[in-house]
Amino acid sequence: MSYGKLLAPPVLSLRFVPVWRRNWLVWRKLALPSILGNLADPLIMLFGLGYGLGAVLGTMQGTTYFAFLAAGFVGSATMYAATFESLFSAFSRMHVQKTWDAILNAPLTLEDVVAGEWAWAATKALAAGICMLLVITAFGYASVPRALAAVPAVLLVGLAFAALGLTINALATGYDFFSYYLTLVLTPMMMLSGVFFPVERLPEVVRTIATVLPLYHGVAIVRPLLAGQVSAAMLGHAAVLAAYAILGFYAAVVLTRRRLTR
Amino acid sequence: MSAAVLAARGLRKSYGPLEVVGGVDLTVSAGECFGLLGPNGAGKTTILKLCLGLIDAEAGDIELLGEPVPRRAREARARVGVVPQFDNLDPDFTVAENLVVFGRYFGLRARDIEARIPALLEYAGLSGRADAKLHTLSGGMKRRLTLARALVNDPSLVFMDEPTTGLDPQARHLIWERLRSLTQEGKTLVLTTHFMEEAERLCSRLVILDRGRIVAEGSPRALIGGHIEAQVVEVHGPGVERWMARARGLAPRVERTGETVFCYAQDVEPVLASLRGQSELVYLHRPANLEDVFLKLTGRDLRD
Repeated sequence: MSYGKLLAPPVLSLRFVPVWRRNWLVWRKLALPSILGNLADPLIMLFGLGYGLGAVLGTMQGTTYFAFLAAGFVGSATMYAATFESLFSAFSRMHVQKTWDAILNAPLTLEDVVAGEWAWAATKALAAGICMLLVITAFGYASVPRALAAVPAVLLVGLAFAALGLTINALATGYDFFSYYLTLVLTPMMMLSGVFFPVERLPEVVRTIATVLPLYHGVAIVRPLLAGQVSAAMLGHAAVLAAYAILGFYAAVVLTRRRLTR
Repeated sequence: MSAAVLAARGLRKSYGPLEVVGGVDLTVSAGECFGLLGPNGAGKTTILKLCLGLIDAEAGDIELLGEPVPRRAREARARVGVVPQFDNLDPDFTVAENLVVFGRYFGLRARDIEARIPALLEYAGLSGRADAKLHTLSGGMKRRLTLARALVNDPSLVFMDEPTTGLDPQARHLIWERLRSLTQEGKTLVLTTHFMEEAERLCSRLVILDRGRIVAEGSPRALIGGHIEAQVVEVHGPGVERWMARARGLAPRVERTGETVFCYAQDVEPVLASLRGQSELVYLHRPANLEDVFLKLTGRDLRD
């Protein structure tokens, strides 16, 4: 394949919708364990650390530690939901079950398939983020309008991490490959993005690194929104997330082309 | 001769230094059952993928159902069915869900697909199995479901990559019968196989591929008539080596694979005469078939 074709911008069509619907139909059959898997882990962490550490720490940036952490966990739960779907589940469909091969025999292009997977992983991430917002709202740590205001930000975080996940997926040699991304990229990102503690307390070098991480920008939008604050800086954070989403999707398309259409 | 539904000229494809397809021309007419035969690694699957626009050729032109490929491969694939070499049905879905979900990829509405499902299941011998989970199906049933899935968009051309590999004889005969009924409906079939019996039974015309090139082309009858002597005697047993030296004078072509000697001739009477009284030698006299042509053209060496 020539570099021109390999790097050509993706041509998108609505043909990605049936791919999304295929995944939706599978998810409906396995919904309960899937929801539990997506939610149980962050909720246990949130309640354990939020109440446990919160009792020691008291307040953080003028709010309870629980509310501080909850906003961070909206971001990280969304990140992990998008990541697991676009890594393990997409890899199963691409490489193990050969579902993508079957779809590509129909009048769909590789772009359609990657776009369908992207939209689907972002949808699952959105659902995970909304579930976290529901729990936070139910426990009185956010009002309904504030939680609703955070939904678009959650979607952006989902689109960014779904695109990054599909990029990693296109490079993967097997399921084990994902451990690198999870332990070497996402776990440090979670520490440096202001989920557990304010980034402002970190040394300057680390703070600079933090500002290129997509999760940092997600948390930087969600936390003030849940506290009822709006600022122009949010647009900048949203722009970084959008750039990760768009460039990530483009990279995923190019790398998947390289992998599958040689 | 009716119009070509698939025409490929000068197809070339390499992977690194390895030339997988080295200048292949194909023309398939409407209503034909066209076979691509070749040993493993001959380039059969690669040619199918090129024709579907799934991979790009280094050189060559392809026209599929009047559409240039790969430029308008999507439009062409809308009217094509594909049975891949390895089943890739959705394990999470029932039989009917597999058909509905696949039909939606073609832009069909669920209602229209559901209306077609009984006929598709009947065709595949899966009536009453609409709600069966995939893991309850046998290998042959899955293969038939894959075939039914390839027909969900009522294609005019169906590509099949080794449609019966791995099936038992009963399942294979059922698939053959189903494929024949497709050609009777006027659909065009393009299949790859390395089962000579399959090609001989199904294909109206075929090409034999070796190392990415076409080495012979024609109907099964014409290939057998044109490339090989009409009669074959296979001989094995103790002392076959000594006998073989003598046989070389009795038949125009004598070959040996392992412990078996193959004598090819229009008239094998002299060979048979020399075998009478050789009680330790076991022999089989049969008419030549496509496999003999295939082995003559592609050699008897293993290709893995």
